[in-house]
Amino acid sequence: MTITPELIEQHQLTTDEFQKIVSLLGREPSYTELGVFSVMWSEHCSYKSSRIHLKKLPTQGKYVVQGPGENAGIIGIGGGWVAAFKIESHNHPSYIEPFQGAATGVGGILRDIFTMGARPIAVMDSLRFGPLDNPRNRRILDGVVSGIAHYGNCFGVPTVGGECVFEDCYSGNPLVNVFALGVCKENEIFYARASGIGNPVIYVGAKTGRDGIHGASMASAEFTEESKQKRPNVQVGDPFLEKLLLEACIEAMKTGAIVAIQDMGAAGLTSSSCEMGSRGGVGIDLDLDRVPQRESGMTAYEMLLSESQERMLLVAEKGREDEVFQVFRKWALDAVTIGVVTDDGKLRIRHHGAVVAEIPNKALADEAPRYHRPYSAPYRKAPMGPPTHIPASKDLSADLLRLVGSPDLCSKRWIWEQYDYTVRTNTITGPGSDAAVVRVKETGVSIAMSLDGNGRYCYLDPREGAKLAVAECCRNLATAGAVPVAATNNLNFGNPERPEIMAQLVEAIEGIAEACAYFETPITGGNVSLYNETLGEGIYPTPVLGIVGLMKTAIPPPVQFLRVGAHVILLGGLRENHALRFGSTEYAKVILNQLWGLPPQLDMAYEKRVHACIREVLESGLAESAHDLSDGGLGVALAECCTGEIGARIQLNAADRAEFTLFGEAPSRILVSTADPDRIHEIALRFDIESVTIGATMGGRLQIGDETIPWIDVATTDLKQMSENTLPKLLHTA
Amino acid sequence: MKVGVIVFPGSNCDHDAWYAINENLRGKQRKAEFIWHQSANLSDVDAVLLPGGFSYGDYLRCGAIARFSPVMNAVKKFAADGGLVLGVCNGFQILVEAGLLPGALLRNQDLRFICRHVRLRVETTNSPFTSKLEKGQILRLPIAHGEGRYFADARTLDELEAEDRVALRYIDNPNGSMRNVAGILNRGRNVMGMMPHPERACDPLMGSVDGLGILESILESTLSAVPALTQ
Repeated sequence: MTITPELIEQHQLTTDEFQKIVSLLGREPSYTELGVFSVMWSEHCSYKSSRIHLKKLPTQGKYVVQGPGENAGIIGIGGGWVAAFKIESHNHPSYIEPFQGAATGVGGILRDIFTMGARPIAVMDSLRFGPLDNPRNRRILDGVVSGIAHYGNCFGVPTVGGECVFEDCYSGNPLVNVFALGVCKENEIFYARASGIGNPVIYVGAKTGRDGIHGASMASAEFTEESKQKRPNVQVGDPFLEKLLLEACIEAMKTGAIVAIQDMGAAGLTSSSCEMGSRGGVGIDLDLDRVPQRESGMTAYEMLLSESQERMLLVAEKGREDEVFQVFRKWALDAVTIGVVTDDGKLRIRHHGAVVAEIPNKALADEAPRYHRPYSAPYRKAPMGPPTHIPASKDLSADLLRLVGSPDLCSKRWIWEQYDYTVRTNTITGPGSDAAVVRVKETGVSIAMSLDGNGRYCYLDPREGAKLAVAECCRNLATAGAVPVAATNNLNFGNPERPEIMAQLVEAIEGIAEACAYFETPITGGNVSLYNETLGEGIYPTPVLGIVGLMKTAIPPPVQFLRVGAHVILLGGLRENHALRFGSTEYAKVILNQLWGLPPQLDMAYEKRVHACIREVLESGLAESAHDLSDGGLGVALAECCTGEIGARIQLNAADRAEFTLFGEAPSRILVSTADPDRIHEIALRFDIESVTIGATMGGRLQIGDETIPWIDVATTDLKQMSENTLPKLLHTA
Repeated sequence: MKVGVIVFPGSNCDHDAWYAINENLRGKQRKAEFIWHQSANLSDVDAVLLPGGFSYGDYLRCGAIARFSPVMNAVKKFAADGGLVLGVCNGFQILVEAGLLPGALLRNQDLRFICRHVRLRVETTNSPFTSKLEKGQILRLPIAHGEGRYFADARTLDELEAEDRVALRYIDNPNGSMRNVAGILNRGRNVMGMMPHPERACDPLMGSVDGLGILESILESTLSAVPALTQ
């Protein structure tokens, strides 16, 4: 087939990119080679728009064993054990086919973890959808949640936490970001670096079909009216097969016969082979006739670009293939030698006896174009100044109930009860808490983890919004008693070819870099998802952070107040909650239906001291309950503490307007209930942070006021009902 | 006591059961070991546990394929000889499919997977799985299933009740199970199936230790000279 300009364009390659291919090869590429380049050089696989900025992220730290560049990052967790973790998006497929899109998103990230030798022990998901009054958005949410449940539950990994937020901008671009974490011994880590000339390259797992061809390219383009036609590009997942693949891989790794292993994710056979070859500085020869196939008559192009799920490629020691085959036979999985490691650095593909592609591995994996895309000021349409008149609330109790029952802030039980979060018997704190805590049975250490992002904040100020997400994750972990040690990020943005969108990306990355350096949570890997636009409408810039912390195995205090008569302390104090920074709050969104100004102000030094303080409070056994403030501010946080049977009477001596004091979202604050407020104040004093006793727990009601006027008086049962009933009500009308 | 934990392709609570027996169960001698589904015999185990999970991906119907695994012939023979067999979750589904227990487990009433802690009432202590519990005792155990709605015809249900073979009942029925059935016994009282997961509630860190009573009952029953079999 001759390579025409139309064909090049269809492959989403620019003329310059095509010229670069020609010069790398010293000739025109074949049709098959063009396909291979197009996926490997897609935004999704090559990070061509973001790479130069990703370099700004801190990646080193005392816990880091493996930073970015492998299938997942790895940190040491003590006792000779390590944790591998990463976050990945499956936004585009989940829009086109929510159930399979989300399911295969889970499958993909799980393989990234166990390909490194680590058994997955936890999954979390960060989800964003359009408003639920639109039936299509309800269908997408339902499909995504069912898909995650379908895959994770069957595979046998607990889904222990996450977040779920709704905004108009996600209507045509839902975000499905899945985080997974696994553990193994330090000396049992596997890498994806092919080596040993003459070693066999072995294909294991599911057979190759035509599904998912060009999935990576699809994820690198905006959606148009025709996008729904791309349904065949979405892969179909089989979690049962993945479970078998996990057990077989881990068992095969124990034979000692495996040299390198990588899963076939985006761009399938192509990326796994050229990346393993490139990392190891070797070549790989593959014979496609030997690839297990589900369909007949597949072309080389189709086989190389197929994204059929549940497949792995591994390099074994020559002469020890049988040890590997035996394990895979036991698990009834295909395992076939399809190639060999060579010394010439090339990916050479044979099909029906002819060489159909011959490309230097480095050209595919490392020579992808890198763009220094122009950027301007970050896109934002919202006004900076607050409206001249922010109407005074007519009924703060009603406002609180509305907030607690709003889709963003309500209980997400309807979602997480569909996930098995107790399998593997490690989940100490599951969904519905500030951070998830999963024990590592073998070491006496537990891993706390949290996902957070805030598109509204980042839309108003991508840099500060990103920093706030890092701070919030770390605060979540500290509130469980953990020390944050490392991070992964998923950067969800619009079209980077628009300078004002590129600016959002650059600002957010720099914000993450600054905050992660400050909070000592280096980024060990992650994912960039660009072109989240449909018909020119982009999403809010939405960096999602996943931060991992370590703690001695113990049960963290609950969110809810436990008993009547405990003192309620606001660690961090009331802070300042001004009009300029009130337009980014949930109150502004839900009650005022407006967006303006700037996100809350973050003082990172203060924030970090608050974390150290709460950890000491927890270690001293002083906290009966603990809950950090975030979306919805103090009012909503108090309400969440009151969703058990215990309420509280709170008195606030604030200078700001009641709405600002109650619902301003100033960070660096944690609510604690205790029998011993003085000792907590003492500790806070040492860390130079404010600590205020704001009231005491009582039965059945939440009452908040200042010295003179009651602001809020609601029954805890009403709070609970509002929180719990929202999603079931919205979704059962679907 | 030696418990054989059967590993089917797709079992995913096998390690949890193994851990609960070996690490959480205290006191007398106890040991759990895995038995691969293709084994033709059970060697010298004192009890068999069919763990939860998605054997064969739950394809066709939960437990419908696993019942043809070679090991199931050995399990049937073991049960026929009076050996103790406990099926948890998918294990319960397999026991039903294999005909060792009556009835069927259908999709949950609201057609969704449910993971939560539920309260159960112990309905009988006349079994080797519940002998260490109190009749009427409330247990708090996690469930995690999409197909746990117990179904049987009225005659079977009447029979189960008349013969005191309903071992556990839900207090707040989560899945639409008929007559709130959460766990049942066979006529010989040596085979029990239950949807809730006792192995997930054996450690204070997991928020409940109410599952231990069931494991302790099995332990005591296997160690006592006279098997706790009546009727």
